[in-house]
Order: sequence, then C-alpha cells, then structure tokens
Amino acid sequence: MNEIGLTHILVVSTSLFFIGVYGFLTRRNMITMLMSIELILNSVNINFVAFNNYLYADKLEGVFFTIFIIAIAAAEAAVAIAIIINLYRNYKSIDINDAEIMKY
Amino acid sequence: MSASTVIFYILSAVILGGGLLAVTAHKIFRAAVFLLFSLIGIAGLYFYLNYEFLGAVQIVVYVGGIVVLIIFSIFLTAESGSDMKKPALVRVLFSFLATAFGCALTLWLIKGHLFQSTVNMAVEPSARNIGRQMLSTTQHGYLLPFEVVSILLLASMIGCIVIAIKSPKQAVAEERKEITN
Repeated sequence: MNEIGLTHILVVSTSLFFIGVYGFLTRRNMITMLMSIELILNSVNINFVAFNNYLYADKLEGVFFTIFIIAIAAAEAAVAIAIIINLYRNYKSIDINDAEIMKY
Repeated sequence: MSASTVIFYILSAVILGGGLLAVTAHKIFRAAVFLLFSLIGIAGLYFYLNYEFLGAVQIVVYVGGIVVLIIFSIFLTAESGSDMKKPALVRVLFSFLATAFGCALTLWLIKGHLFQSTVNMAVEPSARNIGRQMLSTTQHGYLLPFEVVSILLLASMIGCIVIAIKSPKQAVAEERKEITN
C-alpha cells in the first residue's frame, strides 16, 4: 500500500475523466454519449474514494458522496434511456443531430 | 515492485483500456461491453482500497443495473451489429486537442500540489459504520439526503413510465398502420 500513493489514483481518475469527455465530444449517438457520462461520473467517484482513503481517513464523507452519486447516476440513466426510446419511436433514429424539434 | 503495486497497475490498465475502447469502438454493442470491463475495474479498485461495501454497490448498480439497461436499449433502438457513423475528422482532432490540454493541465496541477493527510484515527469504512452514520439524525448524519434521494428515485421511476408509455393517439395511429398493411 505504501508505494501506491494518492497521486497514482488521481492520475488514473483524471485520465478516465478526460477519456469520457473525449467520447462525449466525438460521439453523435445518444447511447454512447450516455456511456461517456457514466465514465465521467465514475472517475469522480474514484476521486472521492481516494481522497477519503488517503487524506481524511477519520471521516466517511467520501463514501456518502460516492453512494449518492451512484444513486443519482442510476436515476439519470433510467430517465435518459426512456427519453431515447421515446425519441427512437417517433423519429426512428438515436443520432443527436436528428433530435432538433426543440431547437428553435 | 510488490504484488500490491502490480495489482494496482493491472486494475488501472483494465479501467483505462476499457474506457478508451468504449469511447472509440466502431460497433455500439462492443462499446457497451468495454464499458462493462471498465466499470468492473473500478469496482476492483474499490476493493483494492478496502472499500468492500462500495465495490459491492458498484457491481450491483453499475454492472448489474445500468450496463444491462444500456444493452437492452441498444437492442431496442440501434442495429447492434452494424458500424456506427464515423465522426468528422475536424471534430476528432479538436476534441483530442481539448482533452489532451485539459488532461495535461490537471496532471500538472496534481503533480505540483502537496496533499496533507489527517493525523486523526482512521474509521473503518465497513457497512456497519457507513449505515450508522448515514441513518443517524445527529450532527453528521445523512438521513435527510437519504430520504431526498429515495424520493428522487421514485420520481424518476414515475417519470420514466410517463415518458416511455404510448399515448392513446400514438397507439391508435400504429394500429391503423397495421390494418392498412
């Protein structure tokens, strides 16, 4: 445990966050964009757990934030998928460029 | 190099490799499977840091719930076997530049920052301690956010049903289409 410090884990979570941002910017398919958001949220969770473990081991706040983020991510994914399925039913496409009915 | 270090590097390779392939794979179903590997790697990282409860929650909610939901919606909407449209080269180039600069800046800040850990006694992050503090109504309890999140989950569940349900007009239109076919 001594050799792996906080910095190692922060490097992993930062890389994962920017991988998610890259996917969010390049993908045009709604489901893959949702996957990128899941990656971003998970990298934030890793950060909370790492800070709790290495810096504030006397508290449990990082664990609570992680649990609440997981719960909210689950709710968000469910609502997003319901919207995507409804859009697909109406437009026969899940490409983000086709969903422009509310644009103007 | 001790075994613990090797395990950490294997876990981070699984997380980052899975994440990278999930955002670059050409087939949407493969992207979902690589996302699954990445999330399992993150659960492994929680186990590695001795947060067993969080690792279990991660596996149950993400691997067992969200990824399965995503795969279901892929089967309901996209053609899972065919390739997706490739993004424009300009967009790939500029997204890569933006993320690379952001990543470099953040890593540079992390490298330069001196983290100071607490000197107090450590609390074991067991399910018992987590549950005690989360459901306590004293000063550092998290009972109110817990209840708010449960209401949020209920509201989102009802919202999903309302969004995804077929309106009567839609159902009649589809029936007519079937009859004319």
